[in-house]
Amino acid sequence: MLELIQQYWLYFLVGQYPKGPLGGLALTLILAVMGLILSMPLGLAFGLMRVSPYRWLRLPVTAFVYVVRGMPLLMVVFWAYFFLPSVTGVKTDQFWTMLIALVVFDAAYLAEIVRAGINGLPRGQMECARSLGLSYMKAMRTVILPQALRNSLPSLVNQFISTIKETSLGYIIGLAEVTFIATQINSLVFTKPAEVFGILGLTYFVLCFGLSRVAQWIEKRLERKGLGNRIAPKVAA
Amino acid sequence: MTTFDPQMLISGQYHDMLVAGLKMSLQYLFYGFWIALPLGLVIALCRLSPYKPLRAFGTGYVEVVRSIPLLAQMLFWYFGVPEMLPQGVKEALYEGPVESICAVVALGVYTAAYMAEDIRSGIRAVPSVQMEAARSLGLSYMRAMRLVILPQAFRLTVPPLISQTLNLWKGTSIATVIGAAEMMYQAGQVESQSFRSFEAFAFVSVAYLGVSLIITGIANWFQHRWPVRTM
Repeated sequence: MLELIQQYWLYFLVGQYPKGPLGGLALTLILAVMGLILSMPLGLAFGLMRVSPYRWLRLPVTAFVYVVRGMPLLMVVFWAYFFLPSVTGVKTDQFWTMLIALVVFDAAYLAEIVRAGINGLPRGQMECARSLGLSYMKAMRTVILPQALRNSLPSLVNQFISTIKETSLGYIIGLAEVTFIATQINSLVFTKPAEVFGILGLTYFVLCFGLSRVAQWIEKRLERKGLGNRIAPKVAA
Repeated sequence: MTTFDPQMLISGQYHDMLVAGLKMSLQYLFYGFWIALPLGLVIALCRLSPYKPLRAFGTGYVEVVRSIPLLAQMLFWYFGVPEMLPQGVKEALYEGPVESICAVVALGVYTAAYMAEDIRSGIRAVPSVQMEAARSLGLSYMRAMRLVILPQAFRLTVPPLISQTLNLWKGTSIATVIGAAEMMYQAGQVESQSFRSFEAFAFVSVAYLGVSLIITGIANWFQHRWPVRTM
């Protein structure tokens, strides 16, 4: 195992860079970070539309969320990969295809997180803000959203973790992210598949487990400050 | 852009391929579920057990499996694990449908970790006095679990378990990476043989969405029929 790491660590981390396109773990991380950042505004807008009092805003977004959440990401990736070129006439490369698919996919999930955060707040918050004379949007922006987003921070970190895991699907369309690189190494070494994929698994584990600890830490901190949204479990002593 | 040709999906060779893929995917869902549910229950009980080694095992399993993408696990089970098996077992495995077996095992093992968490939170939502009362009536730990705690946890657990089943269903699409002939793989085949991506993907999308909606419907029906009782 050590031998493998010694020989291929650079390839594993950055792919063929600087001789070729950037790949490997670096690409996985870039995709995940960009995916989350780009889908954030979209998710926020969709989340607000999901709780909007207007039916014509609510319905299309609800349909979008149901459709995207009912389909595997792989399907979204395939649609983007085969469909975007035939519609736009431009051959999109794998990176942008994957990014677009991730943004569309994450937006639906983020919308649900935002919605849950807003719905989790006591009703009185909105009523108070409105009765103070704030308009709906102003109340949303200055009263509801700051609280809702703080409460959904742990879920956002969780979503980031699943985005990292989802980037592995780039392998299917030949994007040189870390899983793809691992299969390449596997075909170079040939005799040690268990070790190669063991290292791959370990890499993901370190990343995602570390992040899930961050989510837990945030949750604890929110609870300690009395800001948490959780109702304390009623467990009799 | 070419026109949509529904004829291709209603009959003929491509129709047969896609339907065979759908059937295969549903089989993966079925077998994966029956691996994931018992395994998830065992892991959940481990995580809640009074013995530290069992707890550590349960926690380790859940954390490790949930942190690694299904795709990477699929590759591991397909390329890595058969190498480690003894010769006789390996040969027997390669005689059979090895892709399908590996895919189902990977799906089951992956989903079990998520199901374990749902079952655990369901069990934890049952007030702890229930366990104390059961124990003080003289039931053993396992008996109290089986007769008192688990039936109460069941209602709370079923809706999230159904949504995990939905994730399992979506996960079956990933089996395409190891060449298991499920729906996504067949769609790729049809696409490359007929150059008609739109029809193939439309069929597959509708199929995924249809089954997903059915599963969501079951979850809603269950919640409506047996609402969670608050104590």
